[in-house]
Amino acid sequence: MKRLAMILCLLATPLLAVEPSEMLADPVLEARAQALDLELRCVKCQSEAIASSNAAWAADARVLVRELIADGKSDAEVMDFFVDRYGEYVRMRPKAQGAGLVLWIAAPLMLLGGIGVAVMTLRRRRAAPEVAQLGAEEQARLDQLLDR
Amino acid sequence: MYTELGHFALILAFCIAILQTVVPLIGAQKGWTAWMRIGEPAASLQFILIAASFAALTHAFVVSDFSVALVASNSHTLKPMLYKVTGVWGNHEGSLLLWVLILALFGACAAWFGGGLPARLRARVLGVQGSISVAFLAFILWTSNPFERLEIPPFNGQDLNPLLQDVGLAFHPPFLYLGYVGLSMSFSFAVAALIEGRVDAAWGRWVRPWTLAAWLFLTIGIALGSWWAYYELGWGGFWFWDPVENASFMPWLIAAALLHSAIVVEKREALKSWTVLLAILAFGFSLIGTFIVRSGVLTSVHAFANDPERGMFILAILVAFTGGALVLYALRAHALQAKGVFALASRETALIANNVLLAVAGFVVFIGTVWPLVAELAWGQKLSVGPPFFDAAFTPFMVALAIILPIGAIIPWKRARLGRAGRSLLPALIAAIAIGALVWTMQSGRSILAPIAAVLAVWIIGGTLVELWTRAGKGAAAMKFRRLAGLPRADWGKAVAHSGFAITLFGVAALTAWQTEDIRVAQVGDSFDVGAYRVTLDAVREDVRGPNWQATEADVTLRRNGDIVAQLTPEKRFYPVAGMPTTEAAIANGVFRDLYVVVGDPQDGGGYALRTHIKPFANWIWAGAIIMALGGGLSLSDRRHRIAVGARKAARTVPAE
Repeated sequence: MKRLAMILCLLATPLLAVEPSEMLADPVLEARAQALDLELRCVKCQSEAIASSNAAWAADARVLVRELIADGKSDAEVMDFFVDRYGEYVRMRPKAQGAGLVLWIAAPLMLLGGIGVAVMTLRRRRAAPEVAQLGAEEQARLDQLLDR
Repeated sequence: MYTELGHFALILAFCIAILQTVVPLIGAQKGWTAWMRIGEPAASLQFILIAASFAALTHAFVVSDFSVALVASNSHTLKPMLYKVTGVWGNHEGSLLLWVLILALFGACAAWFGGGLPARLRARVLGVQGSISVAFLAFILWTSNPFERLEIPPFNGQDLNPLLQDVGLAFHPPFLYLGYVGLSMSFSFAVAALIEGRVDAAWGRWVRPWTLAAWLFLTIGIALGSWWAYYELGWGGFWFWDPVENASFMPWLIAAALLHSAIVVEKREALKSWTVLLAILAFGFSLIGTFIVRSGVLTSVHAFANDPERGMFILAILVAFTGGALVLYALRAHALQAKGVFALASRETALIANNVLLAVAGFVVFIGTVWPLVAELAWGQKLSVGPPFFDAAFTPFMVALAIILPIGAIIPWKRARLGRAGRSLLPALIAAIAIGALVWTMQSGRSILAPIAAVLAVWIIGGTLVELWTRAGKGAAAMKFRRLAGLPRADWGKAVAHSGFAITLFGVAALTAWQTEDIRVAQVGDSFDVGAYRVTLDAVREDVRGPNWQATEADVTLRRNGDIVAQLTPEKRFYPVAGMPTTEAAIANGVFRDLYVVVGDPQDGGGYALRTHIKPFANWIWAGAIIMALGGGLSLSDRRHRIAVGARKAARTVPAE
């Protein structure tokens, strides 16, 4: 499961607003910073990560991410740094806690529910006999045709 | 003058829509033929009036009549003519007028081509369709009048948002609206069927082409929007899980489910009440989409209007129609008796699985989109739900869908033997695994995403080929070709649309997994390597002038092994009237990769920010979408739909009583 989650993390498309002057010289550290940019919301923007925003706030946040990384902070520590200051709001990927928990489990629950309903309906369907029925109007029309 | 006539025509259309709602519905209930017949001329007249109104507004934009408030705030004399015209729907009021125009067009089509429908059902369909018009025309007339005049007209307009001055985006809204509003037909049919209390194969045959058409337009509209984002926003991102994108994606997913379940109703008379529910939900999601976009409640870059009064009005429409239809559904759905019996291993079951997956995928998008709002209202928690959530929560459903697709497509109706289907699909499976392994070794240790997508894409396309091969039967090659050519177009449409889905799937995964980018400060004359390419910044020209913009232009040459591959001129534009910069990326399109160059601001130490991206298989994303739409079109042109229409016309000439 964890592996799957890791694989799926790689899905996010890098869309980079990062300016050359902001970037770290070490490509490994810069790659980590860019991955974090995608996880942090630009709080001054409308549903945009700092990775893609051209806002000044986002640019400052990108520089801050890189400073923290250069200081040797881990990815989790960088996230915590931002969450401490701006709340859970800065996470683009809500944590599976509180209101966020509902969000994460809603779809799997609905899938199970959907499969359950489908299976029950199929069972009932197979038990029921196949009868073709005519509406009252159709019956009347049929009678009329047969009389002729 | 024209403006006032346009306004007047809109008011008349509103009155006609009321007539179209009330009279045929009463007529159908009481069995009064004359009252039922009012629906058709009313629908035609309503369309003509709204078209006249739309023409009046377009005229005001074309001649730049700045005494009309809408034109003054969204147009400019220097704007190219194309964008003057498309500017009509590049704003809140005009886009709603386009919305009702398309709504009336669909209603009129039902009147024009609905000759074969039972008179009562047709009257009810037109009545329900009319009621939607009433709601939206009232919304326009009372909260969003596009014909409002200014007391003191300005000398010139404020120009259209420059991001919208683009061919891709100019035609993105009309296609989306054709899709959104097209689903209103499925909705009207569903509600009419609930009032009648019956759904049969003929109903399925009627709903399918409308849904197919709506889905086809939605596909094109979404693809245009995504393609626009790719080349215009300057990052090469093609999908952002923005609330407004989601708003168009939810009805697409539900419409895709509806398409498939309507087939079951048509062929097997099963899944009736589920199909009716999907039809209601599909249009419900279109209304939610309209609400999200038009109210600005989930603020995003797309919101034109942030007016609470408007938001409340659309919310009321949404609640009244979706809620009303769902109540009707709860009361009447039990009357819709299923007939077809089928075994667990059958195409019916596979299509149910398809429906569950698509519906849950749509639900994931829905909950992710509205959850920040819900969490804030219910618990006072501020949350962000961004692309990382959607990627993780949505993708598994598409993978599962791709896995079951070829099996469901090939197994027979009613009762299937899985072993037989498995044996015939074996070549596709082997090919898929072989290609996947090849991709896996070639890419050496990068994300597993692309190999998985390659496996799935080959599996789907291979499965489609196997199915066609089976349908070709036995015998000489000429015989086989004749049989293939004789297959119904709907079958070809299915093969083409499924292949398009596979191509998009692979394009998305390959681009995401394999793209490379380089961001740096380059001086004029600098050369550097990106991937297998050598990039040279040859020259930069500042102060290039267009009709309503100024730009900085760069000449960039890309070489591979010393040979010139592409010469690109990316621009950074500035629109002085709107006071907005835009990035015009330069893209060398290719079948296997796009080369994507963006020039940025001049830097303090001299030189320019230059971004070079290599985007493998980018075009496959939109090519796949277009192929899906083509498949839909092929299916729509099937003889069976046309013959059915002809047969019904012939039936009508026989006296009904």
